[in-house]
Amino acid sequence: MKKITECSLAIAETVKNCNPDVIACYPITPSTHVAEKLADFYANGEIREYITVESEHSAMSALVGASAAGGRTFTTTSSQGLLLMHEVLFNASGMRLPIVTFVATRAVGAPLNIWGDHSDAMAQRDAGWIQIYVKNSQDAVDSIVQAYKIAEKTMIPVMVCGDGFFLTHVVEEVDIPDQALIKKYLPPLKMELKLDPEKPISLGVYAMPDDYQYFRQDLDDDILKSIDEITKADEEWKKVTGRSYGLFEAYQVNDAERVVIAMGAQASNGKEAVNHLREKGERVGLLILRVFRPFPYKQISEVLQGKEVLIFDRSISPGAHSPLYSEISNAVSTKSVKKLYSVIGGLGGRDNNVDIYLKLFEMMKSGKVERWIF
Amino acid sequence: MKIPYSEPGTSKKNKTNTSSKVPDIDKAKCISCAQCIEHCPDACIKFDSGKKAEADTNYCKGCGICAEICPAKAIKMKDRVIK
Repeated sequence: MKKITECSLAIAETVKNCNPDVIACYPITPSTHVAEKLADFYANGEIREYITVESEHSAMSALVGASAAGGRTFTTTSSQGLLLMHEVLFNASGMRLPIVTFVATRAVGAPLNIWGDHSDAMAQRDAGWIQIYVKNSQDAVDSIVQAYKIAEKTMIPVMVCGDGFFLTHVVEEVDIPDQALIKKYLPPLKMELKLDPEKPISLGVYAMPDDYQYFRQDLDDDILKSIDEITKADEEWKKVTGRSYGLFEAYQVNDAERVVIAMGAQASNGKEAVNHLREKGERVGLLILRVFRPFPYKQISEVLQGKEVLIFDRSISPGAHSPLYSEISNAVSTKSVKKLYSVIGGLGGRDNNVDIYLKLFEMMKSGKVERWIF
Repeated sequence: MKIPYSEPGTSKKNKTNTSSKVPDIDKAKCISCAQCIEHCPDACIKFDSGKKAEADTNYCKGCGICAEICPAKAIKMKDRVIK
């Protein structure tokens, strides 16, 4: 149903329509509205189980248990909350539990900052989860449904990441998929192996040095392969709704000489900058990356052939290349692209508006690119 | 897909043998007080047919509580010999 509503509320309604068995939340800004709305649904008897836990560590732990028992699960968090979940995230992926989480991405302290950037989610990139970064409300709700499809098919947990405030608190028109439509797309969860008192097993058991590496290899192989399932889930979603997102959106990239790569809600501002510069006859383009784990190395390198590329990160890896830049520079060889630049900006809620994107394209044109933009 | 799980009762098959030290019980000194049996956190010690303490070192974690508690000083912790 089409509505004009806040993105967080639309996400909560979509989660409810996915018919989850267990939700466990510990509210933290800016993900709070999702947790609150889900609690509302629970109070109205529209959700079966909602556990009000005492911390994010417990929220994810509760879901590990619920998912291991064969339930469809959901939680939402941000920033320090996601960091508190960190160790449990590895257990969830290691035990191959199809948990879906919405992360309202936010800066990490210190200094204390409640506003948006990608620092929290980027710090979880090695946790063995699939990561999808969404750019608007419609992308967010559709990605939640797709996330269940992908997770339950691959048995790998999925983190849907949306910019805190810049996406979560935005009010815009969004088509919320209803229960009947989701039921058609998403079959009931059936787990081959689960905790069952009739047939007891222990999950996540000890693996000695002889065995451990085989499990890690298996997870690594399966996440690499999951790129096909992600594409398939997206194509099937297109069949029922007419909407699809791909691994990334390449906006005016085909004939572009200069391309900026960014992720998330703020990246859409870059489109406006591209339109503006195209009117002046400049061949510029924008690539908005959606799927960060698994990283689509091959697909990205194909579209960037022979172009000047600037990677615009909203997080840092202090003392090293920023996360998105280091992935892209691994995807393309120095021969296949003309130039490769790295710029960092938009940390802690700093607005990456159209002017910032115009400045980025200007920097590329002059060849004078600085590491930071303000 | 590999899921790290185990079915019940697998410790019968998988003997852990993890500790470097295991108890060496001098049965001649054993006074059959059963203190070592009660204190062993892994329940590795039992009476043999002659009611003397006997350790199943397959599951011993090498904590040394049995040697510490034995009033007859019949137990000493010694290096595990790998067979």
